[in-house]
Amino acid sequence: MRRMVESLAPYGFGALALGGWQGAVWALHVPAYVMPGPADIVAAYIDAHAVLDAGLVATLAVTGAALLAATLLGLVLALLMAASPLFRAAIQPWAVIIQVTPVVALAPFIIIWVNQPFACLVICAVIVAFFPILSNTAAGLAATPPDLLDLFRLNGASRWQILFQLSLPYALPDFLTGLRISGTLALVGAVVAEFVAGSGGFASGLAWQIIEASYRLEIPRMFAALVMLGVTGIAIYAALGLLERLLLAKRNRA
Amino acid sequence: MFTLETLAKRYDTGVLALDGVSADIAPGEFVALLGPSGCGKSTLLRLLAGLEAPSGGRVAWDGHTGAPGPGEIGFVFQDATLMPWASAAENVYLPLKLRHVTRKLAAPKIAAALAQVGLSAFADTRPKGLSGGMKMRVSIARALVSEPILLLMDEPFAALDEFTRHKLQDDLLALWARTGKTIVFVTHSIYEAAYLANRILVMSPRPGRIAADLRASLPMGPHRRASGDYVALVERITGCFREIMPA
Repeated sequence: MRRMVESLAPYGFGALALGGWQGAVWALHVPAYVMPGPADIVAAYIDAHAVLDAGLVATLAVTGAALLAATLLGLVLALLMAASPLFRAAIQPWAVIIQVTPVVALAPFIIIWVNQPFACLVICAVIVAFFPILSNTAAGLAATPPDLLDLFRLNGASRWQILFQLSLPYALPDFLTGLRISGTLALVGAVVAEFVAGSGGFASGLAWQIIEASYRLEIPRMFAALVMLGVTGIAIYAALGLLERLLLAKRNRA
Repeated sequence: MFTLETLAKRYDTGVLALDGVSADIAPGEFVALLGPSGCGKSTLLRLLAGLEAPSGGRVAWDGHTGAPGPGEIGFVFQDATLMPWASAAENVYLPLKLRHVTRKLAAPKIAAALAQVGLSAFADTRPKGLSGGMKMRVSIARALVSEPILLLMDEPFAALDEFTRHKLQDDLLALWARTGKTIVFVTHSIYEAAYLANRILVMSPRPGRIAADLRASLPMGPHRRASGDYVALVERITGCFREIMPA
C-alpha cells in the first residue's frame, strides 16, 4: 500500500501543480501571451500539431544521428586510448578542450564550413554528446581487474580475446552510463544547434518552432514546443535506462 | 621438478624484491611460501607462473627454461575474481574457452572440476548468488579445469571468515591428498602454513630470501589441528621468525 502511494506520488504532484497553475491563470486573469495555462498549451498543440510534430521528427532525426555518431566516435577513441598510452596522451587534452568549449560558440563556425544543414546540426550535437561516452568507456576499459588479465595471459589469451571477453564486458556498465548521459546531451546539442542555425537561415526542428512562435508572440505554442522537448528528453533518458537494465539484467541476477 | 635458481627481482623503481632465491620443488609437494607482508612471496609466485621475468637467475621446469604453456599453471588469487556476468560453470570454462575447446568437449571437465570443489549444484548460479567461500571454490575449480601441472595460490583464504577458511583449508587438503597436485601456496599466516603444507619455505623480508626450509608430516584427519606435531611445528616456525625479525 505504502509503495503504491509512493509510486503514484509524482503523478499526483504533477496533477496538483498543473491544476494550481491553471487555477491561478484563471483566477488572476493572466493573459495567455504572458503566461498560458495548461489548457491553452494543449489547445495550441492541437491547433498546430502538424507543424510541431514535423519539428519533433526533425529534432529526433538530428538527435538520433548524433547519438549514433557520438557512440561510434566515443567507442573508437576509447578503444584506441586503451590500446595505446601514447594515443591517450595525445588525444585526451583535445577531447577535454572540445568538451569545455560551449557549442553555442562553435556552431557559427560549423554553419559556415558545413553547407548541408542536417550534417551541420548533427556535428554540433555530436560535439556536445560524445564526451561522456568517451570518458566513461575509457575509464571502464582502464579498470579491467589486473588479476583477471593475468589469468587470461596464463591461459594464452590473444589481445582480441582479452578485449572482447574481458575488457569490453567489464566496461559495459560504464559505457551504458555514458550513453545515458550522452543521449540527453545529444538532444541538448541538437536544440542549441537549431537555435543558432535557425537564426542563420536553416529552418527546422522544435527549437526553431520556439523561435518562430516567439517572433509571432504565440506564447502557448512556444510552451507546447517546450513541453514536447521536455517529454522527448525524458523519453530518451528512460529508453536508454531500460536498455541498460536489459543488458545488465544477466549479471545482476543470481 | 621445478627449479628456482638464484632468482632475483628488481623492480623499475629500484626496489629489490627478491635476492638469490633457490629451491627445488618436487612433484606432489604442498609448499607454503610464508613470510610477512612485503617479503616478495607474491613476486616469487608471479615469477613461477611466468607472469613476470626475473632480473637474475632462472625458473626451470624439468631442466628446461621458458615460460609455461597455456593452462599448465593454475592460479588462484586472493579475490575470487570471477566474471560477474557468467555463471559458475561459464567461469570455470574460461581457461578452456580461451584455448578454443568447445563447450561440448569441455562439459565433462567443467562438471568434474565443480564436483571436486563440491559445487555441482551451483553450476548455473552467477557470482551474485554465491557466498564468499563458494566464489573461492569456483575460483579453485577454474584453476583445476585445465589440469595444470602446478597449482599456485596467492593468499586465497585471507579474505574469508575463519569458519569458511577452516572448511576450505580442510577441503584443499583433501583435494591435495586425492589428486597429488603440486601446490605452491602463499600465506602470511603461520598457522595456515603449518596446517596445510608438507614443506614450508620461510622468507625473510626486503630483499626476500629463503631463511628456512622446513619439512612437515602432520597426521591427516579431524585431529590435525589439535595434534602435538602441529603445535610443535607452529613453535618451530615462530622460532624461525624470532631469528629473522628480532624485535
